Amino acid sequence: MFEAILLTVITASTPLVVAALGELVAERSGVLNLGVEGMMIMGAVFAFAATRYTGSPYIGILAGIAGGALFSLLFGFLTLTLVANQVATGLALTILGLGLSGQIGESFVGQPGIKLQPIVIPLLSEIPFLGKVLFSQDLIFYLSIALIIGIHWFLFRSRAGLKLRAIGDNHGSAHALGIHVIRMRYLAVMFGGACAGLAGAQLSLVYTPQWVENMSAGRGWIALALVVFASWRPWRVLAGGYLFGTVTIGQLHAQAFGIGVPTQLLSALPYAATIVVLIIISHNRRTTLINTPASLGKPFVPDR
Amino acid sequence: MRIELEKRPRISGLFSILSPLLALALTLVFGAIMFSLLGKDPIDALYSFFVESLLEVWSLHELAIKAAPLILIAVGLSVCFRSNNWNIGAEGQFTMGAIAGSILPVMNPEWHSPMILPLMLVMGMIGGALYAGIPALLKTRFNTNEILTSLMLVYIAQLYLDWLTRGPWRDPQGYNFPQTKAFVTEAVLPEILASGRAHWAFIFAIVAAIAVWFMMRFMLKGFEVSVLGQSERAGRFAGFSARRMVWFSMLLSGALAGLAGISEVSGSIGHLQPIISPGYGFTAIIVAFLGRLNPLGIIAAGLVLALTYLGGEAAQLSIGISDKVARVFQGLLLFFVLSCDTLIHYRIRLIFAGAKPAEARG
Repeated sequence: MFEAILLTVITASTPLVVAALGELVAERSGVLNLGVEGMMIMGAVFAFAATRYTGSPYIGILAGIAGGALFSLLFGFLTLTLVANQVATGLALTILGLGLSGQIGESFVGQPGIKLQPIVIPLLSEIPFLGKVLFSQDLIFYLSIALIIGIHWFLFRSRAGLKLRAIGDNHGSAHALGIHVIRMRYLAVMFGGACAGLAGAQLSLVYTPQWVENMSAGRGWIALALVVFASWRPWRVLAGGYLFGTVTIGQLHAQAFGIGVPTQLLSALPYAATIVVLIIISHNRRTTLINTPASLGKPFVPDR
Repeated sequence: MRIELEKRPRISGLFSILSPLLALALTLVFGAIMFSLLGKDPIDALYSFFVESLLEVWSLHELAIKAAPLILIAVGLSVCFRSNNWNIGAEGQFTMGAIAGSILPVMNPEWHSPMILPLMLVMGMIGGALYAGIPALLKTRFNTNEILTSLMLVYIAQLYLDWLTRGPWRDPQGYNFPQTKAFVTEAVLPEILASGRAHWAFIFAIVAAIAVWFMMRFMLKGFEVSVLGQSERAGRFAGFSARRMVWFSMLLSGALAGLAGISEVSGSIGHLQPIISPGYGFTAIIVAFLGRLNPLGIIAAGLVLALTYLGGEAAQLSIGISDKVARVFQGLLLFFVLSCDTLIHYRIRLIFAGAKPAEARG
């Protein structure tokens, strides 16, 4: 029983963690992309479509990643090349993504999907309890853990990561030092899009293996809140993501048990929790200022 | 090929007017491409999408009905966006306004009094304003990002409405449909003309747009909005308070969204039900930007976006394309508006591979 709940918590948390990690890298480079929800839903519909036509959920995952990354290029072109307002463009990306995915996925509604099967790691999966929970998961879960380690190493141990953080904190100085600000930001935005697409693929291949319109249901926005919650540090995304996953699954189980509270109140819990968490994290103005990338959301036009 | 931007010495007056029109034209071109990809004759499809709904009296009334909430909400949002407060939870404030305004007719279904309608409208505005007050309070008191909090509150408001209409407020004689009792005639917003359904919400929208335009153009408050939006520091030197501006802009936009909500429920629907809006609160963001955050421009933009809703319905009936196309149109339009706005502040130069970068000039 406990084991089963833990497994569903992991399934609910993984998309949040993956999408938040991608956004974290984009924001570390100084780009605020509010289009996570739109890129996620595009990833979900691309992944579902590719899986349906090829029969392989692994091709579906690739399609989801590609879908999210391509869609994020649109955001990159507007905000980086044409220096459009990042907040407004992010909103546009979400609105367009929700509309476009509904249009693309119209014929998939009600069609059966193919579920991504877990990969059981030999030996490790035989560890009592933990083995079953941690080592017989699907590929996307393993990827989410690898991403955390990889991003942590990249940001804080590699030269390119140092450059990325420099751009995020002061794009003017970084440019003067000869770092290609726009090029690196494009890469960071596309990485964010790829992660959001991967998170979307998880939704339509693992969480609920089918296509439902608006199936991201605000998860992209929760992922954005998670980045603030994690104060732009990869490992804290893991903690935050699992906190939200637990709230989501907890309320689902409470609904199933019928504990006499309106189901709508329980469904509102993850959203309310997001607000509470944001209050706790942001109330200290000074720590927020220290943690936030200083160039976040600011436009950059190189002077020549 | 590379694209380089060169800052214009002054804002281009020509492109300030041209950019929304250019965006509309580009959206139509892309729309035509999309329709031909869907296997429809693009001219035919665009005609039934954008023209057919303008040819009949009843559909003009529908246009006014759909434009009214969009304009009301977008006018409020323009003040928010101009002052750098990113309220994107208008959909929630719309819902809460509808709920607060419906308290009287739902709780006292036998109350026939001419007083009920004005009271409902005021309560709707208060409801919307209070709900927008939550992100304002969190932003001023706890420094919380208003984009995320206002958006989370949308989901909560919608679930609250869902619970009310399926639970305590459900009409016991309603054959188990999740909706409240129909409002009494005194609680229904009257029609403007005898020729169709368009009701007073459209008048409210025009009045609100003109009032806010007047404020932004001729009153100190309007100047305060622009100064604080462009530079909080400069505003502080002028003695303006950014904190008070958060409250002012959020409460104003919340009240207008609330008014839109109760007007829609009272004038167009006639009772509360779980879903009362096809996303007006989000579409209004597009309206605000297409109108270049100018209340008069927003009136025109509201009519254009209302047309995409109508056209979506019409095209679904006449040529069998999904009504989701309307959403795609709306998203595309916002993208083109934002990219064309670049032309107002920058000259764009295409540089082809091999060419040298622009020479420095004195």
